[in-house]
Amino acid sequence: MRGFLPFFGRRLLRALIALWLVSTVVFVVMRLSGDPVPLLLPPDAPHSEILRVRRELGLDKPIPVQYVVFLSNLAHGDFGRSIHFRQPAFDVVRGYLPATIELGLTAFVLAVVVAVPIGLFSAMRRNTIVDHAAMGFALVGQAAPTFFIGILLILLLSLKADLFPTSGRGDWRNLVLPALTLGAFTMASTARLTRSAVLEVFRADYIRTARAKGVAEAWVVAKHTLKNAAIPIVTITGLQFGTLLGGSVVTETVFSWPGIGRLAVQSIYNRDYAVVQCTVFLAALMFVIINFCVDLIYGFLDPRIRTG
Amino acid sequence: MASSIPASAPADAALPAPALRLAVRRRRRFPPLVVAGVGFVVVLLLVAAAAPLLAPHDPVRQSLRGRLAPPTWNGADGRAHLLGTDHLGRDVLSRVIYGSRVSLVVGFAAVIIGGVLGSAAGLVAGFSRGRLDAIIMTIADAQLAFPFVLLAIGIIAVLGPSFPTLVVVIGLSGWVSYARILRSQVLVVRSREFVESIHALGGSMARIILRHVLPNVLSSIVVIATLELARSIVLEATLSFLGLGIQPPTPSWGGMVQEGREYLDSAWWISTFPGLVLMITSIAVSRTGDWLRDVLDPTLRGE
Repeated sequence: MRGFLPFFGRRLLRALIALWLVSTVVFVVMRLSGDPVPLLLPPDAPHSEILRVRRELGLDKPIPVQYVVFLSNLAHGDFGRSIHFRQPAFDVVRGYLPATIELGLTAFVLAVVVAVPIGLFSAMRRNTIVDHAAMGFALVGQAAPTFFIGILLILLLSLKADLFPTSGRGDWRNLVLPALTLGAFTMASTARLTRSAVLEVFRADYIRTARAKGVAEAWVVAKHTLKNAAIPIVTITGLQFGTLLGGSVVTETVFSWPGIGRLAVQSIYNRDYAVVQCTVFLAALMFVIINFCVDLIYGFLDPRIRTG
Repeated sequence: MASSIPASAPADAALPAPALRLAVRRRRRFPPLVVAGVGFVVVLLLVAAAAPLLAPHDPVRQSLRGRLAPPTWNGADGRAHLLGTDHLGRDVLSRVIYGSRVSLVVGFAAVIIGGVLGSAAGLVAGFSRGRLDAIIMTIADAQLAFPFVLLAIGIIAVLGPSFPTLVVVIGLSGWVSYARILRSQVLVVRSREFVESIHALGGSMARIILRHVLPNVLSSIVVIATLELARSIVLEATLSFLGLGIQPPTPSWGGMVQEGREYLDSAWWISTFPGLVLMITSIAVSRTGDWLRDVLDPTLRGE
C-alpha cells in the first residue's frame, strides 16, 4: 500500500480544484449576466423595492464578499430559490435526479454489455467482413452527433416500425431508445477499445506459448486474454460514465425524459438561473466523484499508475 | 486507439531496406476512405463559398402554399424542391447549402481561437515553469475533468445566444490539447544546449519559438486542429439544436433538425437531410484527422 496515500491525496486535491474552478466560473458568469433583480420583480416595481430586494439577496455588497458568501452557500447545499418552481433550487433538482441516474446507468450497462463481446469478436475475426462492418459501425457511432442518433432512432424504430414509444418515462420500452442514444458513443468507443486491447494481448509471448502448448482457443481467450485486456477496458469505460452526464442533456431533450438535463435546458428558457446553476454544480460534483472513484480503482488494479 | 493494426506490420521488420521504404510509402498512399473524406470536405468548402450561386431558392423565403412538400421535381410553385420544403415552405436543399456556411465558419473560427489561446498558454507555461506553469496546467486538468458541454450551456444560457459567444465558448472548450503539446515541446527544447547558446549570443525568445519550437509541433497542431474541427462543428450543431446556438431564421444544420422534430412523422425530410449532411461531415473530418495522425504523428495515438 506504500505510495497509495500520496496518490489518493493528489487525486483528491485535483478533484477539489476542479469543483472550485467550476463554481468560480458559474459565479463569474452569473455576475456578467447583470442584475437579476428586475427579473424577479414586476416591471413597475418602485425603486425602493428594487433596493430592498438587492439588499436581501446580498447584491449590494462588494463582489469579493459576494463571492465568499456564494462559495459558503454552495458548501452548505444552498443554491438559492427557483423563481419558476417557487421552492429551493436544490429540492427541484433532487426531484429530477432519479430519472437521470436511471437513464445513465441503463445506457452505460447496455453499452458495455453490447460493446465488449463485439470488440472481442472483432479481434478474434480480425480483418474479416464482420470485423470491418463492426468497426465501421463503431466509427459512425463515435462521430455521429448524439441528437441526430436520437432523431434517427425515433424515426425508424418508433414512427416507422412502431416498436417503442417516442418519448416520456414509463416502463422498460420507454428506456430502450434513450439508452441506446445516450450509450451510442460509449458503445462505439468501448467496442474499438476492447478490440485493440485484445489484439494487444494476443501479441504477448504468453499467448503464443499457450497456443503453442495446444491450449484450446476458447480457453486462451477466456482465461489468458480477457483478464489482461480488462484493465484498460475497465478504467477507460469507467471514465466514460462521467461523459454520459454531458450527453444526457441532449438525450433527455430529444426524448422528453424528465431528468436534470432537460430540466437544465427548460430552466434556461425560463431564465431560472438558480436551477441552472444547481444542475451544473451537481453534475460537476457527480462527474468529479465518479472520476475520483475510477482513479482509485485504477490505482488498486494497476500499482504502476500510483507513481505516475 | 485508432482502428486497425496493418496486417503486414510484423513482416516489415524482416524486409530489406528498399522494400521497407516501399512498403511504408505504399501504406502512406491515400486510402479510398480518406480520399472520400477529404473530397467531401473540399466540396463542402466550395459549396459554402458559392452558396448564393448553388442554392436553387432563397433559404429564408417562406411559402404558405408550399409547406411540408416532400422531395419533388415539381412543387406547388412549379419549381423543384429536391429535398422537400419545411413547415414554413422554405426549400430544405437551399437551407442545407446555406447551413454549411454556419457550420464551417463557426468550426474554423472556434478552432483558431482554441489553437491560438492553447498555443499561447502552452508556450507561457513551458517557458515560465514555476507557479504560472502550475496554474495553467491545473486549469487544463480541471477542464478535462469536467464535461465542458454542460458549462457551455450554462454560460450561453446566461450571456444569451449570439454568434461571438458561441464561437468563443466552443473555442475555449478546445484549448487544452494545444497547450499540452506546446508546453512539452518547449520543455524539450529549452533543456538543449543550443538554446542556451542562442540566449548567450543575444538571440531573442521569438527566434527560439519560431525556429526551434514551432517546426517541431506543427504536424501535431495540424492533427489536433483537424480533430477539433470535427468536434467544434458537432458542438455548434448540438447547441443550435438545443436552441442555444445560431438563432432562426438563419439556417444551421442543428437548428434545422430541431425545427423538423415536430414534423418527423409527416415530413421526415426536414430533420433527416441536414442531420445526414452533418453526420457525414463529422465522419469525413474526423477520419481525415485520424489518418493525418497516423501519417504525421503516430505518437498522438494514445490521446
